Amino acid sequence: MTDTSIQPSDLLETDDGVSLKAKLARATRRNKLRALGLVAPLGIFLIIGFLWPIGAMLLRSVHAPDFGEIMYRTAALMEDWDGEGIPDEAIFTAVVADLTQAKEDKTIGRAATRFNFSFPGTRSVFTRTGRKINTLTEGPYTEGLIEINDAWGNHEFWLNFQRLVKPFTTRFYLNSVDYQVGENNEIVRQPEERQIYVRLFIRTLIMSAIITGFCILLGYPVSYLLATLPLRYSNLLMILVLLPFWTSLLVRTTSWITLLQKEGVLNDIVVGLGLVSDENRLQMMFNATGTTIAMVHILLPFMILPLFSVMKTIPPSYMRAARSMGANQFTAFRRVYIPQTLPGVGAGSILVFILSIGFYITPALVGGQSGQLISNIIAYHMQRSLNWGLAAALATILLLGVLFLYWLYNKIVGVDNMKFG
Amino acid sequence: MSEAQPFVRFDKVQKSYDGEILVVKNLNLDIPAGEFVTMLGPSGSGKTTCLMMLAGFEPATHGEIFLGDQPINNVPPHKRGIGMVFQNYALFPHMSVGENLAFPLEVRGMDKSERETKVKRALDMVELGAFGNRMPAQLSGGQQQRVAVARALVFEPELILMDEPLGALDKQLREQMQYEIKHIHESLGVTVVYVTHDQSEALTMSDRIAVFNDGVIQQLSSPSDLYERPDNSFVAQFIGENNRFDGTILSVRNGKCKVKLDSGETVDASAVNVGGKGTRTTLSLRPERIEINPKSKAGRSIISGKIEEAIYLGDHIRTRMSAGGSSEFIVKVPNTSGHTPLEEGKTVKIGWLTGDCRALDPIA
Repeated sequence: MTDTSIQPSDLLETDDGVSLKAKLARATRRNKLRALGLVAPLGIFLIIGFLWPIGAMLLRSVHAPDFGEIMYRTAALMEDWDGEGIPDEAIFTAVVADLTQAKEDKTIGRAATRFNFSFPGTRSVFTRTGRKINTLTEGPYTEGLIEINDAWGNHEFWLNFQRLVKPFTTRFYLNSVDYQVGENNEIVRQPEERQIYVRLFIRTLIMSAIITGFCILLGYPVSYLLATLPLRYSNLLMILVLLPFWTSLLVRTTSWITLLQKEGVLNDIVVGLGLVSDENRLQMMFNATGTTIAMVHILLPFMILPLFSVMKTIPPSYMRAARSMGANQFTAFRRVYIPQTLPGVGAGSILVFILSIGFYITPALVGGQSGQLISNIIAYHMQRSLNWGLAAALATILLLGVLFLYWLYNKIVGVDNMKFG
Repeated sequence: MSEAQPFVRFDKVQKSYDGEILVVKNLNLDIPAGEFVTMLGPSGSGKTTCLMMLAGFEPATHGEIFLGDQPINNVPPHKRGIGMVFQNYALFPHMSVGENLAFPLEVRGMDKSERETKVKRALDMVELGAFGNRMPAQLSGGQQQRVAVARALVFEPELILMDEPLGALDKQLREQMQYEIKHIHESLGVTVVYVTHDQSEALTMSDRIAVFNDGVIQQLSSPSDLYERPDNSFVAQFIGENNRFDGTILSVRNGKCKVKLDSGETVDASAVNVGGKGTRTTLSLRPERIEINPKSKAGRSIISGKIEEAIYLGDHIRTRMSAGGSSEFIVKVPNTSGHTPLEEGKTVKIGWLTGDCRALDPIA
């Protein structure tokens, strides 16, 4: 054996005495830079347009500095308050100073809104006090404020105040799962009439499961036909599957309204046939039924396509082999064909389920009261009530839920087994 | 089973997929029990279609197929009790090897202990006794092939169909598997119908070979007959290497005929598949049956040929000549000590025994 052949790898050198690793890195650097340059535009776009805004949005679920910033003088003093009775005069003085400045800055409204989210019905405390703040020219401010609005003498109000001036908070998350911080800083359930989010989460999960189930039931036979029919017919069928896919979501949803509403086509037919009397027209729209029907239709291609791509790869010889071994058509299908399509069922199901958990437009249009999903309430808090913290908390829970499902799926089926096409 | 009652019988079977073209034209084939029959032919010749009709995956358009003495046209595949080995093995990827083998027993309602015994025996037979818990994807191609054979045999069918089962294996493994399948056939005595387009495979394994072309069995006979006594030009050309040259019949007498070649020379040949005087014929002659500068003229036809190319192949020298109107006339000269030196460009006499040259139907 010659001595060159047994050098340890870290000592390998090229002819001119440079280490092999360094030389290799130099040789591939150019290609690496070029590859990086090619993906950089998309990467930068994703970071600026997607990751950063989402991150910032999600941060709002725990970070709400607004109130504390507006009432910064009070906030500084609030930390030392012992939480007994009502605070002392120094704090009241700070409140007046803060509110006076807030009135000049026109930020009272914002502070009032923030306060109102966690302690409903207190909006007017701030707006009314703000209006009259100029009448308080000298102390003692404690009596003055309480005179303007007796909420300032309320122990519970002040406890809330103390919580709200802190920039970081868990209250949005508590709120999202129908809990709140009680009088003595303990975590208690929301009053009955305000427990809506857990119910909505559960409804969203159940409806998504039902929709996924219907998609499997309806999509499986179609995919089977797509995979087994002669090319001429399967191409036509594929176009029929894809045609709705290319049509606007809004158009499809609104056409379901036309078909299914009380005065709609389907009701006219059943009434015309005398199956249902005119007074008892079926209520198929603006409820959970309508949402389910429309969403199954819209999400069906997401089930069919992965199923089809898996079925396409199963050669007919498997079924033939099973039949030649003595299995009848049904047994062969159940024991040999279906198990091989499970990766497709899994991929389709997870796709449909995740999409329907976060579905917004269709339930918003046809959901009515009973067909609203969690995404609709998130949108409500984003656009109407402007309680972004709560919206962010709900969205984060939703996101974590989806990631958890994905993890679960990976544990059970294995993502490698998933085939999208 | 008596000779009068073949085990598998195709009776005037025809098959068309589109109602316009007959893929199988009037097939009549009797297979006695225990025989190894190969359907050999180029792709599109109808051989696989015949196998699929026998297995029950394709209905016969016309005619009847018998298994034993039962017509089986209306018997669904799972009730025919025929074992089958597929081209790509069709091992169920979601089941272990053992589960694959147990499947045919399970659907027959066999209890677990009996199943395990039979699976073990079948796996031992193909020397894969320790592989029961492996998944098919963990096996090599040759091992998968053995599992497929074992699976087709495990429920003890009397008839096994094999559809190009060795097509996906490399040459060496293929040859080894040919012997193994042949030995399994011999030791179990099952009837095997084997489909392939590989003639050497067919010659190695079969008792009889049915050569298919254009939906018709061109010849059904033993491997040696097929090679040495082809009935028509297609078979002569398809099986083994063949020199063919065209000519016109001068006379036919006692199973022999005189043929005037297109090059002008006159040769003798055995009249196998010819018309009368004046009709065209294609002569077929195996390259190893030709002598260069034959010592005796008795019973031989002799013409002259020009050596174009001599390729040294060790045991023989493959010589391309211009002779009898063909420039692709191949002669295999055995590399014996003192064989005629082969100089390119030289003209020599070449001769053959009349019986080795067969006058067949004309090609074009």
